Amino acid sequence: MNESRPLSTVLVQYPRATAAWRAALAATWSIARRDRFALTGLIIYAVFLVVALAAPLVAPYPPQELTYLSNGDVDANAPMSRTHLLGTTNLGRDIFSQLLYGARAALMVGITAALGVVILGTLVGLVSGYYGGWVDTAIMRLADVAFGIPFLPMAIVLVAFLGPSIWNVVLVMTLLLWRDTGRVIRSQVLTLRERAYVEAARLLGASHFRIMFVHIAPNVLPLSFLYGSLAIGWAILTEASISFLGFGDPNVISWGSMLQDAYNSQALARQAFNWFVPPGITIMLTVMAGFFISRGYEELLFPRMRRR
Amino acid sequence: MPLLDVEGLSVEYRTTQGSVQAVRGVSLSVEAGGSLGLVGESGCGKSTLARALIRVLPRNARITGGAVRLEGTDLLSLTEEEMNQYRWRKIAVVPQAAMDSLDPVHRVGNQMVETLRLRGGLTAVAARARAERLFQLVGLESRRLEHYPHEFSGGMKQRAVIAMALALDPSLLIADEPVTALDVIVQRQVLATLRQLRAELTLSLILITHDISVVAHLCQDVAVMYAGRVVERGTVRRVFAAPQHPYTMGLRNAFPSLRLHQMRLVPIEGYPPDLVAPPRGCAFAPRCPFVIAKCWDEDPPLVATESGHMAACHRANEAAVLSAGAPEAFARLERLAEEGPIRATGSGGLR
Amino acid sequence: MSAPLVEVQNLEKHYPLRAGFLASLAGERRVVHAVNGVSFSLPEGHSLGLAGESGCGKTTTGKLILGLLHPTAGTVRFEGQDVAQLAGAGLLAYRRQAQMVFQNPYEALNPRFTILRSLLEPLLIHKIGRDPVERVGLVADALRQVHLNPPEQFFLKYPHQLSGGQLQRTVIARALLVEPRLLIADEPVSMLDVSVRAGVLNLMREITSERRLTTVYISHDLALLRYMCDETAVMYLGTICEIGPTEEIIDHPHHPYTQALVAAVPDPDPDHMEQLVEIADTVPTPFELPVGCPFQDRCPKVMSICREERPPLLHVGPGHRVACHLYTTDRPHAPAPGLAATGPSGAHP
Repeated sequence: MNESRPLSTVLVQYPRATAAWRAALAATWSIARRDRFALTGLIIYAVFLVVALAAPLVAPYPPQELTYLSNGDVDANAPMSRTHLLGTTNLGRDIFSQLLYGARAALMVGITAALGVVILGTLVGLVSGYYGGWVDTAIMRLADVAFGIPFLPMAIVLVAFLGPSIWNVVLVMTLLLWRDTGRVIRSQVLTLRERAYVEAARLLGASHFRIMFVHIAPNVLPLSFLYGSLAIGWAILTEASISFLGFGDPNVISWGSMLQDAYNSQALARQAFNWFVPPGITIMLTVMAGFFISRGYEELLFPRMRRR
Repeated sequence: MPLLDVEGLSVEYRTTQGSVQAVRGVSLSVEAGGSLGLVGESGCGKSTLARALIRVLPRNARITGGAVRLEGTDLLSLTEEEMNQYRWRKIAVVPQAAMDSLDPVHRVGNQMVETLRLRGGLTAVAARARAERLFQLVGLESRRLEHYPHEFSGGMKQRAVIAMALALDPSLLIADEPVTALDVIVQRQVLATLRQLRAELTLSLILITHDISVVAHLCQDVAVMYAGRVVERGTVRRVFAAPQHPYTMGLRNAFPSLRLHQMRLVPIEGYPPDLVAPPRGCAFAPRCPFVIAKCWDEDPPLVATESGHMAACHRANEAAVLSAGAPEAFARLERLAEEGPIRATGSGGLR
Repeated sequence: MSAPLVEVQNLEKHYPLRAGFLASLAGERRVVHAVNGVSFSLPEGHSLGLAGESGCGKTTTGKLILGLLHPTAGTVRFEGQDVAQLAGAGLLAYRRQAQMVFQNPYEALNPRFTILRSLLEPLLIHKIGRDPVERVGLVADALRQVHLNPPEQFFLKYPHQLSGGQLQRTVIARALLVEPRLLIADEPVSMLDVSVRAGVLNLMREITSERRLTTVYISHDLALLRYMCDETAVMYLGTICEIGPTEEIIDHPHHPYTQALVAAVPDPDPDHMEQLVEIADTVPTPFELPVGCPFQDRCPKVMSICREERPPLLHVGPGHRVACHLYTTDRPHAPAPGLAATGPSGAHP
């Protein structure tokens, strides 16, 4: 286990040895491996990712395309069959293809919104927790405002204002959802700030910036990742809600817009389960995946003493 | 018959890395009214041993052998219910950092009274009176019963916790690192309290610590533990004046002492062995400056070299000579260690 | 005689506490006097011990010297420069001059950094070394100096994989990489196993003598200070009550607190049981400081003047000063019981 290595070998591994964030990611991954829930959540995300990437290759039809029967009529409301695995919509669009393409929208929104929320939340948490004082107070009051605003109505208002593009939806989510991550990261930073190694870094002459982003950040990264994975689920759910309510991007097929279509064409009354159940399930799965991951990372939220 | 007689006690922990043999065949005894100091470093098994004696081990630990006889009764053979009659009444333990586990939202007096009523079945009035008496015993004013833990200093908290342990008048008190976290003057006061208690109550005491000077101060007998075994046992006077195990010899020179005017401290190089796979031979061999071939193959048994003094070393009969040369021998290892790690396969030995 | 490297004058550090609502209405302000008038000077190459129990202000004094805290009053001068006035480039330069070894080796290193990365940090911050190769070489040298051999074996390890002794050696190595002239060690071995302490202490002795480092050891363990320091200052509630050559303080303690401290240290030799010097066990509170000598409530030899005036630090021997009214000039020196005076001991004459 402990072989001595010549200096040259070490230098080759220099980047690996010096990147603290690698350690953070490695730690994150090892926690995932050990817990069944976290692993399940990650697998679900992975599956959807693959589906999203492979959609153009796998989907039997373009999602917007109207399909026709041999007699020239639109193949509307077809039941599940071999040619249409999940049937068709009232406009003859293949539901299965829509589902697959919907994954793209979902993941696009989910990942970018989650990234936005996490980056903004972590930045805010780091700065607020590290500096304390009036900076902290100001930021936390802002967070209070963000907490006070009811999310969906505000999202609708902003989207109506800015225009129903999918990127506006992402923007809105980032602007309003950073607060949870921010608060949690901030408390973590408040604790870490008092650790001896932070004081040591200060004593070595590290600037505030360096301490925040080089010394403290790798230690909060697992928590950021955790909130990121939760955020993906929430973002997808939010996008679905907005689309369902009719404020989403009309040019993008998403699971939410599928539900909206279904609702508008009385699919429920017609008991066209093949139409509205699948997108409902996929939305549920992604949100569940987020929660599974968070359950697996409970250890991060409620750490037990892990002294060797 | 000794008050407490431990014979061949073994305890193991199940961990993700495997089974850790934390205590390996430990035998020791305490006479009624006697005091035994159990000395060793972190990881040597002394705290595990203490917990095993009153059977409050964590769930992943198992007693794999041996007997613990208190006044003749083997505690290990009792059911949990029967054992409950012994805990607090016959044996009491003051665990490590007990003073930090006082409930901060209750007055100290109430915590004592609660114990006395629950465990001792006393009435509220009787419990209160007893609590006052106990506080007096440990040198605390009875008005302090009304105080909250944060109003106590470290030394006072420790004495309060000792008082609680004595609530039901046990014959044996086991104190795990009772003074480690305390300042030296307060430490001295707590030790004085313990000494006084022993005299007044004919209390038998097992004191567990890594600090040999505390043992020297308070105990009649001492047992030195290393890697789950007792490596030396005897009266404090004899063990400290004429140690027979190289580890004890090394410890003496590793301590800065106010009175000995040491010119140079000598560390014991190396690390205790991994107890997941305990070595076949003597566990101290990789660090021992007097190791011989036999030490690697055979684990030396604890044998008496003279009446009341036992050591687990193949060369115990040469102890006097070895002890004289110990500082130099350990210093030689220190120099060797500066050039490279002492490997477990034994470049640590010197002939 | 050359000027001392470090000069501390009338150093004070007070922390205001938020008093209860009603109390603040009444104009009351509670203050914690962590450091309450401390002065000493350190010539280059000298080693000073700060002794005392928890709450006496020794750690705070150390941090004030390093500039990690700003004094409420008084000055710390390093080579004549007021440390509290340093900022920007000046402060960064001072960080290369003065470093610290921390009490808790298990927390002093970033758990997400490999040992190599932790040790590169000072080099990166101060731009020492021209390229990665040179820097790694410097790290290897530093590890060898603290006897962590072979250094490459430790580069890729994480703190949780090292023992306490190895961690503390790493911390020392990190401090040495900036080539400081002043090293402050705050309870450097109190969290280590007893058989490991000697090794780390010997290492520090070796390094400080090789590099002619000026050192300050903060510890409650007088035996350790005797082993490591030329001079020791005994602190109580933020003031120095006795200061002088370590041997002298221990063999001939003058201040009643020092006497109690010396008598309280347990001895590994069971034949030497010093008589305990009885002092009262009141909880000393650094914020209800009485007028006069801070030790008055616990002192077995307290007199009326002790409750009125704070005793100044006065000489009672070469380099040996005591702050106690028993020794003020118009009084004959009170007999000082010490080790040399009591029974059969192994002490040298």
